[in-house]
Amino acid sequence: MAEGVGEEKKKFSIWDLPDVPMGQLPPHLELQRSRVSCNKDAPIHTESIQYSGAYASMGIDNSSRLDRFSNNFRVEVVQLNKDDMEFDMIGIDAAIANSFRGILIAELPTMAIEKVLIANNTSIIQDEVLAHRLGLVPIRVDPRLFEYLSENDQPNEKNTIVFKLHVQCKRGSPRITVKLDALKWLPNGSELVKETRNATSDSSSKPETYTYFGCSQEIIPEFVKNPIIPKYPDIIIAKLGPGQEIELEAHAVKGIGKTHAKWSPVATAWYRMLPELRIDCNCRFLLF
Amino acid sequence: MEHGSFTDNSAATFSLTDEDHTIANAVRFTLNQDPRVTFCGYSIPHPSEARVNIRVQTTGDPAREVLKDACQNLMLMCRHVRCTFDKAVEHFKASNAVKALKIDSQDSSGDDSEESE
Repeated sequence: MAEGVGEEKKKFSIWDLPDVPMGQLPPHLELQRSRVSCNKDAPIHTESIQYSGAYASMGIDNSSRLDRFSNNFRVEVVQLNKDDMEFDMIGIDAAIANSFRGILIAELPTMAIEKVLIANNTSIIQDEVLAHRLGLVPIRVDPRLFEYLSENDQPNEKNTIVFKLHVQCKRGSPRITVKLDALKWLPNGSELVKETRNATSDSSSKPETYTYFGCSQEIIPEFVKNPIIPKYPDIIIAKLGPGQEIELEAHAVKGIGKTHAKWSPVATAWYRMLPELRIDCNCRFLLF
Repeated sequence: MEHGSFTDNSAATFSLTDEDHTIANAVRFTLNQDPRVTFCGYSIPHPSEARVNIRVQTTGDPAREVLKDACQNLMLMCRHVRCTFDKAVEHFKASNAVKALKIDSQDSSGDDSEESE
Protein backbone atom coordinates (compact mmCIF):
# COMPACT_ATOMS: atom_id res chain seq x y z
CA MET A 1 0.00 0.00 0.00
CA ALA A 2 2.86 2.41 0.65
CA GLU A 3 3.78 4.40 -2.41
CA GLY A 4 7.05 5.88 -1.18
CA VAL A 5 9.11 5.77 1.95
CA GLY A 6 8.57 9.38 3.02
CA GLU A 7 4.81 9.57 2.50
CA GLU A 8 2.53 9.79 5.54
CA LYS A 9 -0.42 7.47 5.89
CA LYS A 10 -3.69 9.33 5.46
CA LYS A 11 -5.43 9.80 8.80
CA PHE A 12 -9.12 9.07 8.73
CA SER A 13 -11.35 11.06 11.07
CA ILE A 14 -14.96 10.31 11.92
CA TRP A 15 -15.82 13.98 11.58
CA ASP A 16 -15.12 13.80 7.89
CA LEU A 17 -18.13 11.62 7.35
CA PRO A 18 -20.85 13.66 5.70
CA ASP A 19 -23.73 12.93 8.07
CA VAL A 20 -22.06 13.60 11.46
CA PRO A 21 -22.99 17.12 12.70
CA MET A 22 -20.00 19.31 13.52
CA GLY A 23 -19.70 20.84 16.95
CA GLN A 24 -22.67 18.96 18.31
CA LEU A 25 -23.17 15.55 19.71
CA PRO A 26 -24.46 12.86 17.39
CA PRO A 27 -28.22 12.45 17.90
CA HIS A 28 -28.05 9.17 19.81
CA LEU A 29 -25.58 10.65 22.30
CA GLU A 30 -27.65 13.81 22.63
CA LEU A 31 -30.63 11.61 23.47
CA GLN A 32 -28.54 9.81 26.06
CA ARG A 33 -27.33 13.04 27.60
CA SER A 34 -30.57 14.94 27.84
CA ARG A 35 -33.38 12.40 28.18
CA VAL A 36 -34.30 9.69 30.65
CA SER A 37 -35.76 6.84 28.58
CA CYS A 38 -38.35 4.51 30.02
CA ASN A 39 -37.60 0.97 28.99
CA LYS A 40 -39.70 -2.10 29.53
CA ASP A 41 -38.26 -2.98 32.93
CA ALA A 42 -36.66 0.20 34.21
CA PRO A 43 -35.74 3.75 33.16
CA ILE A 44 -32.23 4.17 31.72
CA HIS A 45 -29.82 7.12 31.52
CA THR A 46 -31.19 8.45 34.81
CA GLU A 47 -27.98 10.02 36.06
CA SER A 48 -27.34 13.28 34.28
CA ILE A 49 -23.94 13.68 32.60
CA GLN A 50 -22.69 16.60 34.67
CA TYR A 51 -18.96 16.33 34.17
CA SER A 52 -17.73 19.24 32.11
CA GLY A 53 -15.17 17.20 30.25
CA ALA A 54 -17.45 14.27 29.46
CA TYR A 55 -17.31 14.82 25.72
CA ALA A 56 -13.88 16.45 25.65
CA SER A 57 -12.47 13.93 23.19
CA MET A 58 -15.14 15.06 20.74
CA GLY A 59 -14.33 18.69 21.36
CA ILE A 60 -17.70 19.46 22.93
CA ASP A 61 -17.95 21.50 26.11
CA ASN A 62 -20.50 19.98 28.47
CA SER A 63 -20.24 22.67 31.11
CA SER A 64 -23.25 24.90 31.61
CA ARG A 65 -21.68 28.21 32.47
CA LEU A 66 -23.59 30.77 34.45
CA ASP A 67 -24.27 33.06 31.49
CA ARG A 68 -25.68 30.23 29.40
CA PHE A 69 -27.80 29.15 32.35
CA SER A 70 -29.09 32.68 32.92
CA ASN A 71 -30.09 33.03 29.29
CA ASN A 72 -31.83 29.70 28.95
CA PHE A 73 -33.54 29.38 32.32
CA ARG A 74 -37.30 30.00 32.38
CA VAL A 75 -40.07 29.55 34.91
CA GLU A 76 -43.69 29.07 33.87
CA VAL A 77 -46.42 29.01 36.48
CA VAL A 78 -49.11 26.48 35.65
CA GLN A 79 -51.46 27.15 38.52
CA LEU A 80 -51.36 29.28 41.63
CA ASN A 81 -54.02 28.89 44.31
CA LYS A 82 -54.08 29.98 47.90
CA ASP A 83 -52.89 26.62 49.17
CA ASP A 84 -51.02 25.02 46.31
CA MET A 85 -48.94 25.92 43.35
CA GLU A 86 -47.53 24.18 40.30
CA PHE A 87 -44.82 25.59 38.10
CA ASP A 88 -42.35 24.44 35.45
CA MET A 89 -38.63 25.14 35.63
CA ILE A 90 -37.00 24.86 32.22
CA GLY A 91 -33.24 24.61 31.91
CA ILE A 92 -32.35 23.47 35.39
CA ASP A 93 -30.74 20.25 36.51
CA ALA A 94 -32.44 17.66 38.69
CA ALA A 95 -29.82 18.12 41.44
CA ILE A 96 -30.78 21.74 42.05
CA ALA A 97 -34.49 21.02 41.75
CA ASN A 98 -34.17 18.29 44.35
CA SER A 99 -32.32 20.64 46.67
CA PHE A 100 -35.18 23.13 46.36
CA ARG A 101 -37.65 20.38 47.20
CA GLY A 102 -35.65 19.34 50.27
CA ILE A 103 -35.39 22.92 51.47
CA LEU A 104 -39.13 23.47 50.99
CA ILE A 105 -39.96 20.49 53.16
CA ALA A 106 -37.31 20.70 55.85
CA GLU A 107 -35.65 24.08 56.09
CA LEU A 108 -38.28 26.79 55.84
CA PRO A 109 -39.30 28.16 59.23
CA THR A 110 -42.86 28.31 60.50
CA MET A 111 -44.60 28.78 63.83
CA ALA A 112 -45.98 25.79 65.67
CA ILE A 113 -47.05 25.05 69.23
CA GLU A 114 -44.13 23.67 71.20
CA LYS A 115 -44.95 23.99 74.92
CA VAL A 116 -48.37 23.18 76.33
CA LEU A 117 -48.99 24.15 79.95
CA ILE A 118 -51.94 22.08 81.12
CA ALA A 119 -53.75 23.40 84.15
CA ASN A 120 -56.63 20.97 84.12
CA ASN A 121 -57.43 17.99 81.92
CA THR A 122 -60.16 15.65 83.04
CA SER A 123 -61.03 14.44 79.54
CA ILE A 124 -60.27 11.00 78.22
CA ILE A 125 -57.63 12.36 75.87
CA GLN A 126 -54.28 11.98 77.59
CA ASP A 127 -52.13 15.07 78.23
CA GLU A 128 -49.39 14.08 75.86
CA VAL A 129 -51.79 13.12 73.09
CA LEU A 130 -53.53 16.46 73.45
CA ALA A 131 -50.20 18.30 73.36
CA HIS A 132 -49.11 16.32 70.31
CA ARG A 133 -52.30 17.19 68.45
CA LEU A 134 -51.96 20.86 69.32
CA GLY A 135 -48.38 20.84 68.05
CA LEU A 136 -49.48 19.67 64.61
CA VAL A 137 -52.01 22.48 64.21
CA PRO A 138 -51.14 24.95 61.40
CA ILE A 139 -51.13 28.57 62.55
CA ARG A 140 -51.89 31.41 60.16
CA VAL A 141 -49.05 33.81 60.81
CA ASP A 142 -45.99 35.04 58.92
CA PRO A 143 -42.93 33.45 60.60
CA ARG A 144 -40.66 36.22 59.32
CA LEU A 145 -42.13 38.53 61.96
CA PHE A 146 -40.71 36.37 64.75
CA GLU A 147 -37.29 35.32 65.99
CA TYR A 148 -36.03 31.96 67.05
CA LEU A 149 -36.25 31.08 70.72
CA SER A 150 -33.15 29.37 72.09
CA GLU A 151 -32.75 27.73 75.49
CA ASN A 152 -31.14 30.76 77.08
CA ASP A 153 -33.76 33.22 75.89
CA GLN A 154 -36.82 34.20 77.80
CA PRO A 155 -40.10 33.84 75.96
CA ASN A 156 -41.21 37.34 74.99
CA GLU A 157 -43.44 38.96 72.43
CA LYS A 158 -40.79 38.66 69.70
CA ASN A 159 -40.45 34.90 69.76
CA THR A 160 -43.61 33.37 71.25
CA ILE A 161 -47.29 33.25 70.45
CA VAL A 162 -49.58 32.30 73.34
CA PHE A 163 -52.92 30.54 72.91
CA LYS A 164 -55.45 29.55 75.52
CA LEU A 165 -57.99 26.76 75.52
CA HIS A 166 -60.61 26.50 78.25
CA VAL A 167 -63.55 24.24 77.52
CA GLN A 168 -65.93 22.64 79.94
CA CYS A 169 -68.77 20.23 79.43
CA LYS A 170 -71.31 20.75 82.20
CA ARG A 171 -72.98 17.84 83.91
CA GLY A 172 -76.27 16.98 82.32
CA SER A 173 -75.42 18.56 78.95
CA PRO A 174 -74.68 16.39 75.89
CA ARG A 175 -71.12 15.58 74.78
CA ILE A 176 -69.28 18.39 73.05
CA THR A 177 -66.62 18.34 70.37
CA VAL A 178 -63.73 20.70 70.97
CA LYS A 179 -62.75 22.28 67.67
CA LEU A 180 -59.88 24.65 66.98
CA ASP A 181 -62.03 27.76 67.08
CA ALA A 182 -62.03 27.35 70.88
CA LEU A 183 -58.30 28.16 70.86
CA LYS A 184 -58.00 31.84 71.72
CA TRP A 185 -55.01 34.04 70.98
CA LEU A 186 -53.59 35.91 74.00
CA PRO A 187 -51.74 38.94 72.64
CA ASN A 188 -50.65 40.02 76.11
CA GLY A 189 -48.78 36.89 76.96
CA SER A 190 -49.27 34.10 79.37
CA GLU A 191 -51.95 34.32 82.06
CA LEU A 192 -50.80 31.36 84.12
CA VAL A 193 -49.05 32.57 87.22
CA LYS A 194 -45.72 31.01 88.22
CA GLU A 195 -45.43 29.95 91.83
CA THR A 196 -42.64 32.01 93.37
CA ARG A 197 -40.82 30.81 96.43
CA ASN A 198 -40.43 34.08 98.32
CA ALA A 199 -43.45 34.97 100.43
CA THR A 200 -42.24 38.54 100.85
CA SER A 201 -43.33 39.59 97.36
CA ASP A 202 -45.98 42.25 97.70
CA SER A 203 -49.38 41.67 96.20
CA SER A 204 -49.40 44.97 94.33
CA SER A 205 -46.66 43.95 91.89
CA LYS A 206 -47.67 42.01 88.79
CA PRO A 207 -47.43 38.26 89.37
CA GLU A 208 -44.78 36.48 87.35
CA THR A 209 -46.13 34.44 84.48
CA TYR A 210 -44.51 31.98 82.11
CA THR A 211 -43.77 34.59 79.46
CA TYR A 212 -42.22 38.02 79.72
CA PHE A 213 -44.12 40.15 77.23
CA GLY A 214 -42.81 43.70 77.11
CA CYS A 215 -45.72 44.98 75.13
CA SER A 216 -48.87 43.51 73.65
CA GLN A 217 -48.64 41.81 70.30
CA GLU A 218 -51.90 43.45 69.24
CA ILE A 219 -50.30 46.76 68.48
CA ILE A 220 -48.09 45.37 65.71
CA PRO A 221 -49.85 46.54 62.52
CA GLU A 222 -49.73 43.19 60.74
CA PHE A 223 -51.61 41.58 63.59
CA VAL A 224 -54.21 44.32 63.69
CA LYS A 225 -55.21 43.46 60.13
CA ASN A 226 -54.83 39.68 60.48
CA PRO A 227 -55.14 38.45 64.07
CA ILE A 228 -53.27 35.24 64.72
CA ILE A 229 -55.62 32.29 64.50
CA PRO A 230 -55.24 28.67 63.49
CA LYS A 231 -55.67 28.23 59.78
CA TYR A 232 -58.53 25.75 59.83
CA PRO A 233 -60.94 26.45 62.72
CA ASP A 234 -62.88 23.22 62.24
CA ILE A 235 -60.14 20.75 63.19
CA ILE A 236 -61.27 18.54 66.07
CA ILE A 237 -58.93 18.57 69.06
CA ALA A 238 -60.82 16.53 71.62
CA LYS A 239 -64.26 15.35 72.64
CA LEU A 240 -65.65 15.96 76.09
CA GLY A 241 -68.28 14.07 78.00
CA PRO A 242 -70.39 15.60 80.80
CA GLY A 243 -68.34 16.87 83.73
CA GLN A 244 -65.03 16.95 81.85
CA GLU A 245 -62.90 20.02 81.43
CA ILE A 246 -59.76 21.07 79.57
CA GLU A 247 -57.85 24.17 80.59
CA LEU A 248 -54.46 24.77 79.00
CA GLU A 249 -52.12 27.34 77.57
CA ALA A 250 -50.08 26.70 74.44
CA HIS A 251 -46.90 28.53 73.46
CA ALA A 252 -45.92 28.55 69.78
CA VAL A 253 -42.34 29.15 68.66
CA LYS A 254 -40.43 29.30 65.38
CA GLY A 255 -38.69 26.21 64.08
CA ILE A 256 -37.78 24.27 60.93
CA GLY A 257 -39.02 20.97 59.59
CA LYS A 258 -35.69 19.23 60.22
CA THR A 259 -36.28 19.38 63.98
CA HIS A 260 -39.85 18.14 63.84
CA ALA A 261 -42.30 17.70 60.99
CA LYS A 262 -44.84 20.00 62.64
CA TRP A 263 -42.71 22.95 61.55
CA SER A 264 -42.79 21.97 57.89
CA PRO A 265 -44.63 24.69 55.94
CA VAL A 266 -45.77 22.40 53.11
CA ALA A 267 -48.13 19.45 53.16
CA THR A 268 -45.67 18.05 50.66
CA ALA A 269 -43.55 19.21 47.75
CA TRP A 270 -42.49 17.12 44.83
CA TYR A 271 -40.93 17.48 41.42
CA ARG A 272 -40.95 15.36 38.31
CA MET A 273 -39.39 15.62 34.89
CA LEU A 274 -41.55 16.70 32.01
CA PRO A 275 -42.67 13.62 30.08
CA GLU A 276 -42.11 13.57 26.33
CA LEU A 277 -44.07 11.18 24.19
CA ARG A 278 -42.61 10.16 20.88
CA ILE A 279 -44.86 8.22 18.57
CA ASP A 280 -43.16 6.25 15.86
CA CYS A 281 -44.77 7.16 12.56
CA ASN A 282 -44.13 3.71 11.21
CA CYS A 283 -46.63 2.23 13.60
CA ARG A 284 -49.05 0.16 11.61
CA PHE A 285 -51.70 -0.33 14.24
CA LEU A 286 -54.34 2.25 15.06
CA LEU A 287 -54.13 3.35 18.67
CA PHE A 288 -57.88 3.54 19.17
CA MET B 1 -12.75 20.66 57.79
CA GLU B 2 -10.33 19.93 54.96
CA HIS B 3 -8.33 16.74 54.67
CA GLY B 4 -5.58 17.33 52.19
CA SER B 5 -1.81 17.22 51.86
CA PHE B 6 0.57 20.09 52.43
CA THR B 7 2.58 19.44 49.32
CA ASP B 8 -0.24 18.97 46.82
CA ASN B 9 -3.22 21.24 47.36
CA SER B 10 -5.04 20.37 44.18
CA ALA B 11 -6.85 17.43 45.74
CA ALA B 12 -8.68 17.48 49.05
CA THR B 13 -11.64 16.10 50.91
CA PHE B 14 -13.88 18.58 52.69
CA SER B 15 -15.89 17.33 55.62
CA LEU B 16 -18.99 19.45 56.33
CA THR B 17 -20.93 18.97 59.54
CA ASP B 18 -24.68 19.45 59.91
CA GLU B 19 -25.24 19.00 56.18
CA ASP B 20 -26.91 16.42 54.00
CA HIS B 21 -27.75 15.64 50.38
CA THR B 22 -29.47 18.99 49.92
CA ILE B 23 -26.32 21.04 49.69
CA ALA B 24 -23.90 18.26 48.77
CA ASN B 25 -25.64 17.26 45.55
CA ALA B 26 -26.10 20.87 44.48
CA VAL B 27 -22.41 21.70 45.16
CA ARG B 28 -21.35 18.54 43.34
CA PHE B 29 -23.34 19.66 40.32
CA THR B 30 -21.74 23.11 40.18
CA LEU B 31 -18.29 21.63 40.84
CA ASN B 32 -18.70 19.30 37.89
CA GLN B 33 -19.51 22.20 35.60
CA ASP B 34 -16.13 23.81 36.38
CA PRO B 35 -13.60 22.83 33.69
CA ARG B 36 -10.73 22.86 36.23
CA VAL B 37 -12.16 19.87 38.06
CA THR B 38 -11.01 16.36 37.18
CA PHE B 39 -12.97 14.52 39.83
CA CYS B 40 -15.60 15.42 42.37
CA GLY B 41 -18.03 13.44 44.44
CA TYR B 42 -19.69 13.35 47.82
CA SER B 43 -20.46 10.67 50.36
CA ILE B 44 -22.32 10.44 53.62
CA PRO B 45 -20.26 8.27 56.00
CA HIS B 46 -23.23 7.32 58.16
CA PRO B 47 -26.88 8.34 57.80
CA SER B 48 -27.35 8.90 61.51
CA GLU B 49 -24.55 11.44 61.63
CA ALA B 50 -25.16 14.71 59.78
CA ARG B 51 -21.80 14.85 58.04
CA VAL B 52 -20.89 15.04 54.36
CA ASN B 53 -17.51 14.42 52.71
CA ILE B 54 -16.96 16.25 49.43
CA ARG B 55 -13.92 15.12 47.41
CA VAL B 56 -12.42 17.55 44.87
CA GLN B 57 -9.50 16.88 42.54
CA THR B 58 -8.44 19.63 40.16
CA THR B 59 -6.00 20.22 37.31
CA GLY B 60 -3.52 22.15 39.45
CA ASP B 61 -5.62 24.90 41.06
CA PRO B 62 -5.96 24.67 44.85
CA ALA B 63 -9.03 22.61 45.68
CA ARG B 64 -10.19 25.12 48.29
CA GLU B 65 -10.47 27.92 45.74
CA VAL B 66 -12.33 25.71 43.29
CA LEU B 67 -14.82 24.73 45.98
CA LYS B 68 -15.31 28.36 46.94
CA ASP B 69 -15.94 29.27 43.31
CA ALA B 70 -18.43 26.45 42.95
CA CYS B 71 -20.33 27.63 46.05
CA GLN B 72 -20.33 31.16 44.67
CA ASN B 73 -21.70 29.91 41.35
CA LEU B 74 -24.42 28.02 43.17
CA MET B 75 -25.37 31.15 45.08
CA LEU B 76 -25.59 33.16 41.87
CA MET B 77 -27.62 30.44 40.20
CA CYS B 78 -30.09 30.37 43.09
CA ARG B 79 -30.35 34.14 43.04
CA HIS B 80 -31.15 34.05 39.36
CA VAL B 81 -33.74 31.34 39.92
CA ARG B 82 -35.34 33.46 42.62
CA CYS B 83 -35.56 36.54 40.36
CA THR B 84 -36.98 34.55 37.47
CA PHE B 85 -39.48 32.85 39.75
CA ASP B 86 -40.70 36.12 41.25
CA LYS B 87 -41.15 37.62 37.80
CA ALA B 88 -43.02 34.55 36.57
CA VAL B 89 -45.40 34.62 39.54
CA GLU B 90 -46.11 38.32 39.07
CA HIS B 91 -46.70 37.78 35.37
CA PHE B 92 -49.07 34.92 36.11
CA LYS B 93 -51.01 36.93 38.67
CA ALA B 94 -51.26 39.88 36.30
CA SER B 95 -52.45 37.77 33.40
CA ASN B 96 -54.96 36.01 35.64
CA ALA B 97 -56.32 39.33 36.83
CA VAL B 98 -56.74 40.38 33.21
CA LYS B 99 -58.54 37.12 32.42
CA ALA B 100 -60.88 37.60 35.37
CA LEU B 101 -61.68 41.11 34.14
CA LYS B 102 -62.39 39.79 30.66
CA ILE B 103 -64.77 37.15 32.00
CA ASP B 104 -66.53 39.72 34.16
CA SER B 105 -67.00 42.13 31.27
CA GLN B 106 -68.33 39.34 29.03
CA ASP B 107 -70.85 38.27 31.68
CA SER B 108 -72.05 41.77 32.40
CA SER B 109 -72.57 42.65 28.74
CA GLY B 110 -74.87 39.62 28.37
CA ASP B 111 -72.68 37.95 25.75
CA ASP B 112 -73.62 34.42 24.82
CA SER B 113 -70.43 33.78 22.95
CA GLU B 114 -68.03 31.34 24.57
CA GLU B 115 -64.71 32.39 25.92
CA SER B 116 -62.16 31.89 23.18
CA GLU B 117 -59.04 30.62 24.94
